[in-house]
Amino acid sequence: MPLRTGSAGFGRSLPERGLLLLVVLVVLEGFFLPHGAASSPDVSHKESLDNHREADVGHNFTKKAFPVLSLDYHHIQTPFEISLWVLLASLMKLGFHLIPRLSGIVPESCLLIVVGLLVGGLIKLAGEEVPPVLDSRLFFQCLLPPIILDAGYFLPIRPFMENLGTILMFAVVGTLWNAFFIGGLLYAVCQIQPANPSDLHQLELLPCLLFASIISAVDPVAVLAVFEEIHINELLHILVFGESLLNDAVTVVLYHLFEEYAGAGTVTVMDCFLGVISFLIVAVGGVLVGAIYGILSAFTSRFTSHTRVIEPLFVFVYSYMAYLSAEMFHLSGIMALIACGAVMRPYVEANISHKSHTTIKYFLKMWSSVSETLIFIFLGVATVDGPHSWNWTFVTVTVILCLVARVMGVVGLTFIINKFRIVKLTTKDQFIIAYGGLRGAIAFSLGFLLNKEHFPMREMFLTAIITVIFFTVFVQGMTIKPLVELLAVKKKQEAKRSINEEIHTQFLDHLLTGIEDICGHYGHHHWKDKLNRFNKKYVKKCLIAGERSKEPQLIAFYHKMEMKQAIELVASGGGVKLPSAMPSTVSMQNIQPKKPPIAKSAERALPQLTRGREEEIRNILRSNLQRTRQRLRSYNRHTLVVDPYEDGFNELLIKKQKMIDLEKKIKEMNNYLTVPAAPPDSPTMCRARLASGRNTDFKPAQQQKGNRICEDPQAYSMKPASGTVPSIQVDLASPQSPESVSVIDEFRRANREEDDQGLVMRPRHRPGGPNKKTEEEGDTAKDPQKLMRCLSDPGPSAEDDEDEDEPFLP
Amino acid sequence: MGASQTRSESVYQELMDKTGFSLEQIKNLKKRFLQLSGNEETISRENLDAIPALANNPIRKQIIEAFFDKRNQRSSEVGHLEEIGFEQFVMVMSHFRPPALRTSVEEREVMRKEKLQFLFNMHDTDNDGVITLVEYRKVVEELLSKSGAIGHEAARAIADAAMLEVASTNVPDMAPDDFYEGITFEHFEQILKGLEMESRMHIRFLDVDTSTMRCGKSTS
Repeated sequence: MPLRTGSAGFGRSLPERGLLLLVVLVVLEGFFLPHGAASSPDVSHKESLDNHREADVGHNFTKKAFPVLSLDYHHIQTPFEISLWVLLASLMKLGFHLIPRLSGIVPESCLLIVVGLLVGGLIKLAGEEVPPVLDSRLFFQCLLPPIILDAGYFLPIRPFMENLGTILMFAVVGTLWNAFFIGGLLYAVCQIQPANPSDLHQLELLPCLLFASIISAVDPVAVLAVFEEIHINELLHILVFGESLLNDAVTVVLYHLFEEYAGAGTVTVMDCFLGVISFLIVAVGGVLVGAIYGILSAFTSRFTSHTRVIEPLFVFVYSYMAYLSAEMFHLSGIMALIACGAVMRPYVEANISHKSHTTIKYFLKMWSSVSETLIFIFLGVATVDGPHSWNWTFVTVTVILCLVARVMGVVGLTFIINKFRIVKLTTKDQFIIAYGGLRGAIAFSLGFLLNKEHFPMREMFLTAIITVIFFTVFVQGMTIKPLVELLAVKKKQEAKRSINEEIHTQFLDHLLTGIEDICGHYGHHHWKDKLNRFNKKYVKKCLIAGERSKEPQLIAFYHKMEMKQAIELVASGGGVKLPSAMPSTVSMQNIQPKKPPIAKSAERALPQLTRGREEEIRNILRSNLQRTRQRLRSYNRHTLVVDPYEDGFNELLIKKQKMIDLEKKIKEMNNYLTVPAAPPDSPTMCRARLASGRNTDFKPAQQQKGNRICEDPQAYSMKPASGTVPSIQVDLASPQSPESVSVIDEFRRANREEDDQGLVMRPRHRPGGPNKKTEEEGDTAKDPQKLMRCLSDPGPSAEDDEDEDEPFLP
Repeated sequence: MGASQTRSESVYQELMDKTGFSLEQIKNLKKRFLQLSGNEETISRENLDAIPALANNPIRKQIIEAFFDKRNQRSSEVGHLEEIGFEQFVMVMSHFRPPALRTSVEEREVMRKEKLQFLFNMHDTDNDGVITLVEYRKVVEELLSKSGAIGHEAARAIADAAMLEVASTNVPDMAPDDFYEGITFEHFEQILKGLEMESRMHIRFLDVDTSTMRCGKSTS
């Protein structure tokens, strides 16, 4: 295990190694060592260090004229150590993925805890004071929000809303049940426990309940960490994850309630009543605060079209403010964040540029994954650090009760819920829901917050909490994956959402609404429809700038898909090829009911659905694409990056001078500035390529056929192995070769007679006169165009891994 | 009176067996039917067209047409009816029944096929077993019909893209001069596999009699 030793080395002399890693002067290390030893965040040490340093400086002053090199570690200590922790976390994350076998067996969260344990142990061995890393303030104000925002912003709203009832049932009733069941039984066990009278008999009911309410909440961080790895189907994922998010309100209320009364002693019925009210306020208030900030954020983003750079910032800042505002009133910050993210997203996404969207996505993913890593490492460190008081009875009873309560809660609640659900939860589902009830760092942080004076058993609580966390994360987290496979629980299909599915989702929505209306009763389809209409009519107008507010969902989806495919095409080396419109044309022919030989098409109502039609479609596609391009362009204009279009144009001019004999051709190419390389990028086209390219190899036979669809870049990049022929040769041998062109052209000419102006663009797509083009010309003409394509898209490489993060996409 | 009561009971019983609705549901539907038809025996297209809540539904025409389509009556007949009686009404409605409590895999499969067939029939207006591009375009156009000019423009592009997607997923290796005639039912099943129609295409039919409440709402 080289990894372990690596981390050990890392931990042993953290500051020094960190310095080495960051390539600070090696000489410095000599000076650094004595200070490095005292570099713990412990305050008393700092004092002496300060004095020491001052003395040093004074000393220097008298002896030397000017300290050429001085050391002031204390000055940078806090940010430096934070950076070191983040670096450690990132390196660990990096390291795990380099060991393929390990990450397949053990979930990352477990590994991170182990690393944390090691680091904590080494700090302790070095005789240092372990820093209070999992401090509650740090945890709740810095580490938790990114994870929750990430979850909220990318929350799959549709399944979430469809299962909201079930989720709420689990989150509210389930958590309440867990808290009271565990608390009550724990208290009972403590009372009847004879062996250790001095300790456990002191424990009263309220502290027990408080402890139970802390321990009973399923933790979103742990659930996310484990469930993202097992790729469970969407329903189960949203059930467990939704529960873990929404039970925050219950936990907050129970926690504050019991904490409040643990000192006072008695709880009256009135207090219970107030608790219920408080719960409603905490939950609804949290959602409201979040929604208000979400709407504010959406509204702000309406006006950012001239300052694209700070667009992502609004999303983050507003969300964070929502969280802080909710926390300020002891409302549920998690629910506020979720609501904020979910509310703002559809509007913000319509307003901001594509790049900003990518930025938001990556920033959220980055922050949340670093936070998550840090949380697990800190959990390990805190375990080593914390003063423990191990009580066998208490700990074992807690673990067992947690499991029992969870199973009973899930089974009981499912029994009730299944009466109302259409898609019943099977026994397998119940098992996974029960088994997926992982506890995590939120519980620990809440336990850490407890006041030692009010709760003399705080250490025991913390120990028990840690044990439960470790048990769930290690035992359940590690076994859930094999169990999912063993039980053959349905996994998540990784299929991309297709346009057909989108069409039919919408169709079904309207259909069901219509049927409900005919039936004359108003079910949830009816109300959803009403809400949608309201949203479209009023809200979108206020929150979304420009014409996009009127865009129906289907068209928006289509545009998004189009955009993605365009980017994919560019990223996957579309620039290598001359973007010829040919393959797509052929494929469009396949579905166009226009061919004279097919008798049926004559019977159909639209015999003139021909080239003109096709060209019209292409025009639409092109204009759509152009719109997205313009969004991209406007982004660049405000980042002071040289406008790639400008750049491309200059390059083009240089090229132009070089190839005077091809001047005319290049001028034709200029058209691509105004209509930037649209036809090959439009989705129908590239889809056609993808589809048709799939089954084509670069066999000479097919090249001979000319207008066969084998020459596209997509196919080529998909099968680099089969590309024994250099790409350019393939390119030239295919449809641009004179005979193939003429074949197509004749075919086209046959149609051209009866239709029409749609062909205006045609000559531009096909450089050179139809039959005159030589291969050389094709080659040279291709070059500037390739250049164009590379330059006209603002950084295809930046979008390079667009498809990599596909699972992150909603 | 008593005789007619038992007669209608037996009619209901027959319908229950045919459609799987409960007696209460059928009674509720009957009430609604009479309300829509103005206490007539049959319903015409105009009756359905007049439902105020439907006015904003972009696919209103198709929904109404589905009620008058003989293919949706679980018989092998083809064609369109001018008027439908209560039985036909309930038959169409039965396509939207939620799946029963315990269903075997085969039953679910049958149910899924039925529901998909219903959708397919809505698209396949000329009943040749194939959704052609023209028909599909019409569907998308209807779907976007409420969004004005941009909708009309984009609808064609979307339908084309969708059709191309179907063609490319189902018949990936197509010669350039092949012609993809349209979506057959098998292909239709294939492309909508991910949507889990059997569990999604349903509405809740009321079990209890809430006619007073309903009347109040529907007249408002």
